[in-house]
Amino acid sequence: MNFGTSFTVAAKELKVISRKKSIIFYIILLPFILSILFSLVVQNQIASSSGIPTTYELGLESLTYFFVVFAAILPGSIAAYSIVGEKVEKSLEPLLATPTSDGEILLGKSIAAFVPPILAIWGGASIFMAATDYLTHKLLSYYYYPNWNSGVMLLLLAPLAAIFSIELTVIASSRVSDVRGANQIGGLMFIPFMGVFLAGVEGIITFSINNLLIISLVVLIADVVLFFLSASTFKREEILTRWK
Amino acid sequence: MIETENLTRKFGDLTAVDNLTFKVNQGEIFGFLGPNGAGKTTTVRVLCCLISKTSGSARVADYEIGNKSDAIKIRKLIGFVSDNVGLYESLTAYENLEYYGKLYKCPEPRRKENIERFLKLLGLWERRDAAAGTFSKGMKQKLAIARALIHDPEILFMDEPTANLDPESAKTVREFILSLKKEKKTIFLNTHNLDEAQRVCDRIGILNTKLMALGTPQELEYSVGARKTVIQLDEVNDAILNSLNRIFPGKVTRYDSKLTIELANPNKENPAIVRAIVEAGGKVQTVSITASSLEDAYLKLVKEQQ
Repeated sequence: MNFGTSFTVAAKELKVISRKKSIIFYIILLPFILSILFSLVVQNQIASSSGIPTTYELGLESLTYFFVVFAAILPGSIAAYSIVGEKVEKSLEPLLATPTSDGEILLGKSIAAFVPPILAIWGGASIFMAATDYLTHKLLSYYYYPNWNSGVMLLLLAPLAAIFSIELTVIASSRVSDVRGANQIGGLMFIPFMGVFLAGVEGIITFSINNLLIISLVVLIADVVLFFLSASTFKREEILTRWK
Repeated sequence: MIETENLTRKFGDLTAVDNLTFKVNQGEIFGFLGPNGAGKTTTVRVLCCLISKTSGSARVADYEIGNKSDAIKIRKLIGFVSDNVGLYESLTAYENLEYYGKLYKCPEPRRKENIERFLKLLGLWERRDAAAGTFSKGMKQKLAIARALIHDPEILFMDEPTANLDPESAKTVREFILSLKKEKKTIFLNTHNLDEAQRVCDRIGILNTKLMALGTPQELEYSVGARKTVIQLDEVNDAILNSLNRIFPGKVTRYDSKLTIELANPNKENPAIVRAIVEAGGKVQTVSITASSLEDAYLKLVKEQQ
């Protein structure tokens, strides 16, 4: 495995993505818009509560977790453009004829699909956390963020969710013939993460460190399984003879 | 340079390529001619280590097809022009070539030099900063060829490089292919364009799942059947006919004042024919040779198999 080759592939992918305005808007702007909306939600909760609200009442943990849900959605879009887009443009065959390994190409495409959304999510979450600290500092008498929960969510669970999304998109890419189809399948990836979010909102589970670590472990196991499945799907022979 | 022995590729019950045995020499332009679905693309994909073979053996530049460690070495040595140009339409012509130059680990000075050289050779230098998506089909095909050559490969595989091109663009591509021969590159050309195969290729293999025939364009033409010498005379008399029938019994046909003689090698036999006619008192107006075309050979072979 030559990482330099993977970075060459990733750099090309990022160059292509940077020229698609719809993706830029979707990937980069959405987390920032989300952070502003969530900050307004917190402000509204403070204004409408009588007395001093708890962090639970303010929904801070659930709102932070929602960035994990986004991490499970956004990378899939880039992965879909990166793999299905090449399939549609029929540029995979000449690429596969170069002296690069399947793993190097897949890693390069995964890096390109992983980095921009994660950076955008971290950027959006940082804005949200800074705004929330500003809004709640006087009420709580301490800065709520950063804390261990948000650290696990954003630095552990969100990347794992992003990898989950990319790997599923790679597998889905072999069965669809256009980017829209891949995106539709990719859209389903947020369901398990959304389920956890709703369970948290409804109070069925709490976003404690232990629960977050258990969720992370489950996603990690899923990632490992999906890694082998996606690696076996992204093979020259498979792509040229079996992909739709 | 390229050698196969009983090379076979099956997809389930379907045999795409059946027991191919042939050899392509260094510096040769070798054409694979065959109808759609004949197995041309499958053969090229196997030889480019894109898909595996089912049985048989093949070697490209002394590396074994099917040997995992040799696959990367083979792909370093070859250039590949697929039947679809497969360019990155949002990237510029320059960026498309630069990306492939990097993937082939072409050192930066040589990469830049080659990009400029091929873009200039193919008349695309002025458009180097334009997105490939804005190019015409012909320009895209030229760019795809430049991409396959960016690392100076010894062997170039081209799958239908002039398909869907207008005559002028197709001519430019053909001329470029011929210019590569001067650089001693070995070229493996898939085509179903008979005229192109005849103009460009040193040798041709006619493929229809199996290799039906192999030879130079001329050899293939001769293989279809005897050639004919057609002699236009002032008039034909019995003495001329008797004289010719003695030398070529059963091969002479008369149409008014025209005689047609089926021959294996007209160039060798024609002086004797003319001498016999003159000695018999005939006056020769014209002598011409008619031969079967490559198209005749191709159609006959494909039809025979069907």
